[in-house]
Parts: sequence; C-alpha cells; structure tokens
Amino acid sequence: MADFFAMPLWTDFLWPLIVMVAQSLLLLVVLLIAIAYILLADRKIWAAVQIRRGPNVVGPWGLFQSFADLLKFVLKEPIIPSGANKGVFLLAPLVSCVLALAAWAVIPVNLNWVIADINVGILYIFAISSLSIYGIIMGGWASNSKYPFLAALRSAAQMVSYEVSIGFVIITVLLCAGSLNLSAIVEAQHTRGLASLIGLPWLTFLNWYWLPLLPMFVVFYVSALAETNRPPFDLVEAESELVAGFMVEYGSTPYLLFMLGEYVAITTMCAMGAILFMGGWLPPVDLPPFNWVPGVFWFSLKLFFMFFLFAMAKAIVPRYRYDQLMRLGWKVFLPLSLAMVVIVAGVLQFAGIAPN
Amino acid sequence: MILPAFFYLFAGVCVASAVMVISSRNPVHSVLFLILAFVNAAGLFILLGAEFLAMILIVVYVGAVAVLFLFVIMMLDVDFAELREGFLEYLPFGLVIAAIFLLELLLVVGGWTLNPTVTKSITAAIPGDVSNTEALGLVLYTKYIHYFQLAGMVLLVAMIGAIVLTLRHRVSVKRQDINVQNARTPEMAMSVRQVASGQGLQDADQAEWVK
Repeated sequence: MADFFAMPLWTDFLWPLIVMVAQSLLLLVVLLIAIAYILLADRKIWAAVQIRRGPNVVGPWGLFQSFADLLKFVLKEPIIPSGANKGVFLLAPLVSCVLALAAWAVIPVNLNWVIADINVGILYIFAISSLSIYGIIMGGWASNSKYPFLAALRSAAQMVSYEVSIGFVIITVLLCAGSLNLSAIVEAQHTRGLASLIGLPWLTFLNWYWLPLLPMFVVFYVSALAETNRPPFDLVEAESELVAGFMVEYGSTPYLLFMLGEYVAITTMCAMGAILFMGGWLPPVDLPPFNWVPGVFWFSLKLFFMFFLFAMAKAIVPRYRYDQLMRLGWKVFLPLSLAMVVIVAGVLQFAGIAPN
Repeated sequence: MILPAFFYLFAGVCVASAVMVISSRNPVHSVLFLILAFVNAAGLFILLGAEFLAMILIVVYVGAVAVLFLFVIMMLDVDFAELREGFLEYLPFGLVIAAIFLLELLLVVGGWTLNPTVTKSITAAIPGDVSNTEALGLVLYTKYIHYFQLAGMVLLVAMIGAIVLTLRHRVSVKRQDINVQNARTPEMAMSVRQVASGQGLQDADQAEWVK
C-alpha cells in the first residue's frame, strides 16, 4: 500500500485530482448557498424599494425561502411538450447552468485562492459567457413553440450585441494591468495607480480602476445588466409581449436550472466587476485593522455591493424597448468604448506609465 | 500518460462530432455538433500550449459565427428530405476533395517524419521566456504590423461594402430621433387655450398635435 502512494500515478495524477475535486466542491457549495441568499436579497431589496416586506414566512425573516423554492421545483413533475425536441430540450438548461458554474473555476476569491490560475483567465470568462447564449437559443428552439423561439432569437441578439462592448471594456482594463491573468489584474491594482502617483500608497482604493476608468465602469455595469438579461434589459422575459420568454414551456427542475444559471451568471458578472474595477480581495485602505481582515471578506463585500447595484436597477428603472436597447448597445456604447480603448492606450504610451 | 489520454478524448470527440455534422438528419443538430467540434478543437489547442488561440476560437467561432449559423438555420424552413435527394450526386466531387486533402496531409506528415527540423527551419523561433499571448502579440503587432494593418483595411472595406449594399433610406418611414424627444419641453408640446362655451376651437384642425 505504501508503494502505491509513492507511485507517480498517485503523486502526479490521482492526488492532485482529489485535491482539485475537493476544492471545486467546496467552491460550488459555498457559491450555491451564497446564491440562495443573493436571490433572497434580490427579492428583499425589490420589496423594500416598493415598501413591501418581501418573503418573510419561511424561516426567521424568510431566510429559508430560497430552499423552500428549490424543494418546490424539484418535487414538481417535469413536463416535456410532445412536439419538443427532447434531447435538446433537456440539454439546454444543463448547458446554461453548467457553463455558468464553469466560469467560477478561474475567479480568485483571495490571494492564491483560485482553482485554476490560468494565464488567460479573463478570456476564459469571456468565452464562457459568450457560450451561455446557447442555453437560451437551444431552449427556445427545442420548445417548438412561437413565443419561446422569438424570445430566444431576441435574447441571443441582445447578448451578442452587448458582448462587444464588454470585450472593449475588458481590453481597457487589460491595457492598464498588462496581464490576462485575473490574480495579476488584482495585484496590478495593489501596487500601481493614482494613490502611488500622489504619494499615498496606502490609499489603495484610489489605485483601483474604477476611478481612472470610471466611464468604462459605467459601460461595464450597464452591459453586464444587458448581458445577464437583468432588468431593465430583461426583454427575454418580457411577460407583457412574449408570455414569459424562452422558458415558457419549462417547468420543474429544468426551469430551476435555467434560473440557477441566470443567477450564477449574474454573480459571475458581479465578481468580474469586483476584480476588474474594485481591486478584488484588496482592502480599501492598506492599513491595520483593514489589512488584518481576510481578503475573501473584502471580495464578498465588493461582489455584494455590485449585486446591490444590480438589484437597485431592477427595482427603480423601467424596462427598455427593444430598439432603444439596440441603439444603446451599438450606437452609444460601441463608439464610446472603442474611443476609450484608443485614449487609454495613447495615455499609457505617451505618459510612459504602460505596464511592461 | 495523462496528456495522450486527453488528446485521444478531444480528438476522438472532435472527429466523431465532425462526422455527425454531415450525417445527422436535423440541420440544427448539425450546427450543435459543429459547435462541439469547435470546442474540442479548442481543447486540442490547449494541449498544444496555445491557450490564447483556444480561447479566441471559442469567443469568435462558437460565440459569434456559430450563433449566426444557428440563427439562419433555425429561421429557414428548408425541406431537408428534398435537399437530401441529390446527396449522392455530389459524392464523386466530395471524394476528389477528400483525396486531395489526404494527399496533402500525407505530404506534410511525411515530410515531418523524414526531417523533423523542416517545420522549425521555416518559422520564426518562438521566444521561450514570454507567454503564449505575448509571443503572438510580438509577431502580429511588432514584426508584421504592416501586413496586419493591411488585412484590417481589407476587412474594413468589405464591411463598408456590405453596409453600402444593404443600406436603404426609406422616406415614408417615421423614425424616432431621441435627441429631438429629449429636447422637447412642455411649451413645445402643449398650449393652454380659453374655449368659449358651445363653440369649440375654430383652428383645431390646424393645431400642432393634429398633424
């Protein structure tokens, strides 16, 4: 037995595999429980804006509401329409949920607390989020029904459009950070930036990119809303005109998977905002007692702040019309972000502060 | 041991899904298998250490091009049973192309096995101390910057051409001008009038809001 643990098969392959699976499980469990409460927070914030109480029956202050919803969905009977394309119909929610969860493999929640610290982390997230269109478009087509199909086409067009401006926003951040690795992007906000330029290096929150790239932060925030089909851009759901969007024919667990995928994608976008513009796990002021607090706390705080912005937009902004949405994406954000890429690159080059 | 296993996994699924692309009856399934083939090709790129190319393959081909394929195929109501009737007509043509491809592959692989240095002698040396992304950037944006710019110009001209060909200014269509809407004030939009009892407005048909 002792020989087996010294074999290269064990040391090089099986043991790292076990460690990786354990890490992934831990991350997924924590993430899913966090999402259960983010979902509750979404409803509570929405209710508070409308001076309602929100869910308050299941558990103390309604804390178990999300778990009750989970049980309700899982115990229902899944119904597959007889005209549906069964394989694709059931594959679509899986695709959308699994892809959304896969993005979390590269997100660093603290220094070296990341499952896969790959060189092209930000591109990986971008690729995964561009793949998440398929869950929607497959679901809409496989339902074999007019409304889901129209909603799926609409939502796919919307996501493709806003991906363009998100791509340019990411490029401006990359120009400043000089790396595609997410941990390196956070570290770049630790050491260089405005705070260092004015001689107060402990004021790290001035180093973060939200201040020098403020217009891009706004573009990122609005594009992230549109990319994740959140209100005011939830034209996918558009219950007033398209019944309830691409998931009309879904019920029970497949519907639950769609909802879960949506909220995981929203959390991913919030994490991206926290990493790209708000310094990830870095404390806002690099002085005790702030830098005694573990980085994962700051990361969660920033993630939740981003989500609070998302929830407030849902509560107070009326829904966009489709042509206005397209106009905003192609005629306002695309030229703006394209110009900012040129401006940021030029400033970095001619001021001599470009990362090498 | 683990690397060849992944290679055979990705390559096997890639080839199998490529076969399914041409053999599946439903065209939407074909496109979905094509996407699976793209993703597996990206996996092969990662095994080669070309992680940037792998991600760009997914972003560009899977995230944008294949979505357009899927759009078009889902919206077209094509009778594929009819389309498949002439399937065998093109078999000789397809076989010729396949034979040419096979010959070319044999030439490449054969030359490689006879003289392993032949591929290295005709390409620029890959710098060992920079990352994959940086090496690509050095080649594209530093060494061959002018060719890159020329390629960009060609694409720009093609894009402008496509827009010019499809742009129609229809005069009969009412268009929304958001700047005009935002500049509208209460004074421009309404007027307060004293209406005499039983007479109404005499110039009502000339009022601004009737038009």
